Amino acid sequence: MGIQILLHIGIVMILSPLLLGIIGKTKAFFAGRWGPPLLQPYYDIGKLFQKGNVYSITTTWIFQAAPIVCLAVVLVSSFFIPLGGLKAPIQFWGDIILFAYLYGLARFLMMIAALDTGSSFEGMGASREAAFSCLAEVVLFLDFIILALLSKKFVLSEIIEGNILSSWPLFGPVLLLVGASYFLVLLVENARIPIDDPAIHLELTMIHEVMALDHSGWDLAYIYYGGAIKLFVLGGLFVNILIPYHSLSSVMQTVMFSGGMIMLALTIGIVESCMARLRLNRIPLLLISAFVLALVGGIVVLVKGV
Amino acid sequence: MDSQEFDVRNGQSWEWSAVPVLGEDSFRQKILEECSQWASPAGGGASPAGGGARLVNLFAQLEDSGSIRIFVMLGRDQEGKLPVFSMRISQDQASFQSLTPELPQAHMFEREMAEQFAITSIGHPWLKPVRYHQNYRNVPDLWAGIPSRPIPGAYPFYRVGGEEAHEVAVGPVHAGIIEPGHFRFQCHGEEILNLEIQLGYQHRGIEKMMEDVSAERAVLLAESIAGDTVIGHAMAYCNAIESLSDCEISPRAEAIRAIALELERLSNHVGDLGALSTDIGFLPPAAYFGRLRGEFLNLLMELSGNRYGRSLCRPGGVLFDLDQPMIENFRKRLLIARKDLKEISDLFFTKSSVLSRLEGTGIVSTKIAQELGLVGPAARACGCGLDVRTDYAFGMYRFHHIPISTVLSGDVYARSLIRWLESQRSIEFLLDLLTQIPEGDLQIKGSGLKPNHMALAMIEGWRGEIVHVAMTDSNSRIARYKIKDPSFNNWMGLSMAVRGAQISDFPVCNKSFNLSYAGHDL
Repeated sequence: MGIQILLHIGIVMILSPLLLGIIGKTKAFFAGRWGPPLLQPYYDIGKLFQKGNVYSITTTWIFQAAPIVCLAVVLVSSFFIPLGGLKAPIQFWGDIILFAYLYGLARFLMMIAALDTGSSFEGMGASREAAFSCLAEVVLFLDFIILALLSKKFVLSEIIEGNILSSWPLFGPVLLLVGASYFLVLLVENARIPIDDPAIHLELTMIHEVMALDHSGWDLAYIYYGGAIKLFVLGGLFVNILIPYHSLSSVMQTVMFSGGMIMLALTIGIVESCMARLRLNRIPLLLISAFVLALVGGIVVLVKGV
Repeated sequence: MDSQEFDVRNGQSWEWSAVPVLGEDSFRQKILEECSQWASPAGGGASPAGGGARLVNLFAQLEDSGSIRIFVMLGRDQEGKLPVFSMRISQDQASFQSLTPELPQAHMFEREMAEQFAITSIGHPWLKPVRYHQNYRNVPDLWAGIPSRPIPGAYPFYRVGGEEAHEVAVGPVHAGIIEPGHFRFQCHGEEILNLEIQLGYQHRGIEKMMEDVSAERAVLLAESIAGDTVIGHAMAYCNAIESLSDCEISPRAEAIRAIALELERLSNHVGDLGALSTDIGFLPPAAYFGRLRGEFLNLLMELSGNRYGRSLCRPGGVLFDLDQPMIENFRKRLLIARKDLKEISDLFFTKSSVLSRLEGTGIVSTKIAQELGLVGPAARACGCGLDVRTDYAFGMYRFHHIPISTVLSGDVYARSLIRWLESQRSIEFLLDLLTQIPEGDLQIKGSGLKPNHMALAMIEGWRGEIVHVAMTDSNSRIARYKIKDPSFNNWMGLSMAVRGAQISDFPVCNKSFNLSYAGHDL
C-alpha cells in the first residue's frame, strides 16, 4: 500500500499542472494567440519555490499554516479515487464524506487565513467563498447520494468502479444529470469562468484569488500547486463518473482516463473562451440550477428504484 | 443687463478687460439663471425649449490691482456661444457664496479655486482639497489639518456609520498598471453605499509651469498633461496660442490634426472595449480589440513617428505631412480595420453573457449626468447630446461634420456601445477626409502673443471636452494658463454610477468611464 500511495502522489504531483497548461493553450487558441508554453504552470510554481516568504506582522501562525495544510489535504483526497489503471490506495466505508470534507477543511483554513490578514479585500473574498461553497456543497452531496443510491455502496472507489458500468444502460440520463451538475461544482470549486476569473487582477471582483493576495513565495506556490491538484482530483472523479471504462484492461483504463482528462481540460478551456464571467449576484442562480439538475436525477432514481 | 452680455466662440481671443465685471449677487444670479434652463436634448441636435447653458469653466486669477477676479464661461451648446463674465473679490476677504448647493456642476471648480487661491466658497458642502498644493497667493491654506501632500488616511472621508457598514480602501497603489488614486468605499455587504475618490497623487503643477517655461517647452508640457490624450491637449494648446498670436493655420494642417485626433479617439475607444472584455473575463475579443488598437496606434506612428502622436502638433501647424502613397495606404488599412472592428464588435455586443454583465450595471440617469455636468462619451451614453466637434466646431470639423452618437440607458453597456458607435463614425470621417485633404503649408509663422488678451480653446478629446484658457499680461507673457481635462468633470459621475451597485461591479464601471488621473491632477 505504501508504494501505491507514493505512486498516486507521484502521478498527481507530476501531472496536475499540465491540466492548467492545456486550459491555457486552449484559451489562447480561441483568442488567436500562441499563449504561454504548455509547461508554464510548472515554471510558475518552480519560480515561486525559488523565492522567500514575506509575512505581514499582523498575521499569525494560521496564515502560515493554511497553504501547506491545503496542499496536504488535496493530496490526501487523491487517495480515494482511482487514476486510470491505478486503484485507489485507501478505501473504507464512508470515505465519501471524508473526501468532501477534506476540501471543506482546506477551504476553512484558507478563509480564516484570509481573515487573519485583516485586509478588507481578503475578508470580502472569504465571505464570497463561504457563501458560494455552501451552495456548492449541497450539490456535491446530492450527487454523491445519487451515486450511492445507484450502487448501494458507500465507498467512493467502489461506487465508481462497481456500479457506473452497470448503471449506464438503465440510468444513463441520471448519470448525465449528475455529470452536468458535478461539472458546475467543479467550476465553482476551482474558481473558473463563469464563476471566477483566475486571470484577473481586480481585487474587488475576485473570489478565490483574492484570498491568496497576501501569500508569497513558497506559500503561494503551495496554493497554486494545491489548486492544480484540486482540479486534477475533482476532474479525475468527473472522468471516472462519466466514462464507464472500469472493466477494461488496466492499460486501456489508463488510456481512457488520460484521454478523459485531456478532454476535460479542453472543455473547460472552451467554456472559458466562449462566455463572459457571471455577475457575482447571479452565481447562486447557477448553483441552484446545478442543484435542480441533480435533484431531477435523484427523483428519477427514487421513483424508479434501483 | 444687455450691455453686459459678452459672448465668445471657441478659438477666439479677446482683451480681458472687455470681460464684464458683475457684482457678487448678479454674478451668482446670472450663472444660476442661465444654467437653470439647461436641458441637453436627447438624441442630439433637437433644440430644447429654453436653450440655457452649462458651466464650462470657472476659475480665478490675481489682478495687478491686487484683487482676485473670478471668471466664468458658460456653454450655450445650441448657439455655439459662450457667455463670459467675471466678478472681483478682495484678497482680504477671499470668499463668496457657493454655487454648488444650487448648481452641483460647480462643485469641483469651487474646490479647485479654494485650493489655488484660498478662496472660501461659503456653503460648499464638500470643500476638500483636490490636488494638495500650496495656494498661489502665499497665504495660509484653507485646510489646517490636512497635509500638503496626499496621504490616503489623512483625509476627511465621508463615512457611513453602523455595525453592518464596512469600509473598503483601494489604492493609491493598484494591482495592474494604472495610475495612482485612492478609492474609499462605504459598503453594506456587497452593496456600495458611497464611493469617495481621492486623487492628487499625480499633481505636477502644470498650470503654474505653463506660465514660466519657454514656448518650445510649453507645448511639450501640454502633450504630457495626460499620456493618452497627447493630440487632444496639444491641439488645445496650439489653438489657444494661435488665437493669441493671430495665426490662421492652413487647411492642410487642420486636416492632419483632425486625422490625428480621430486616430487617437479610435485607438483609445477600441482599447477600452478590449479592456472591458478582459474585465468581464471574455478573452477572445480582448485579444482582438487589443490588436486593432495597435493598428490605430501604428497609423498614428507612421504619421508622426510616435505611437501616441507626440511632436505632431506645434503652434502654427503640424510638423509632419501625409504624401499620396501614405494616404492610399492609410485608406486601405482603415477599410480593413473597419471590417475587423465590425466583426469583433458583433461578437462582443451580441453575446448574451456579455450583455447580462453590462446591461443595467452602473446606471447614471440623464438628470444626474446634467446636474454633474458630465462631458464626452460618458455624457452621451446618458442621452446628453453634447459634443464640442458639433456644438463649438473647430478646425476641420467646421467643414466635415461628425454626427453625434447618443445612447439613452446610461449604464456600462451604453458607455461601451457609444465607443463602438463613435469609432464607426470616426473611421467614416477619416475615410472621407483622406480622399480630399486640402493643400497648404504645414507651418505658418504667427506674430508674437497679443498683450492683455485671453484665448479659449475647446477640443473634443476622446474622453470629452478639453478646455484650455490662456491669458497674457501686458508684456505678452502667459500670465495664467487654465486647463480642464474632461476627467475633471467626470470622476464624480463614476461615484454616482456605483452608488447602490455591487462592489464587484466597480471594476467594469471604472473601465467604462476610463478616466485620467494625470489629466485631473495636472
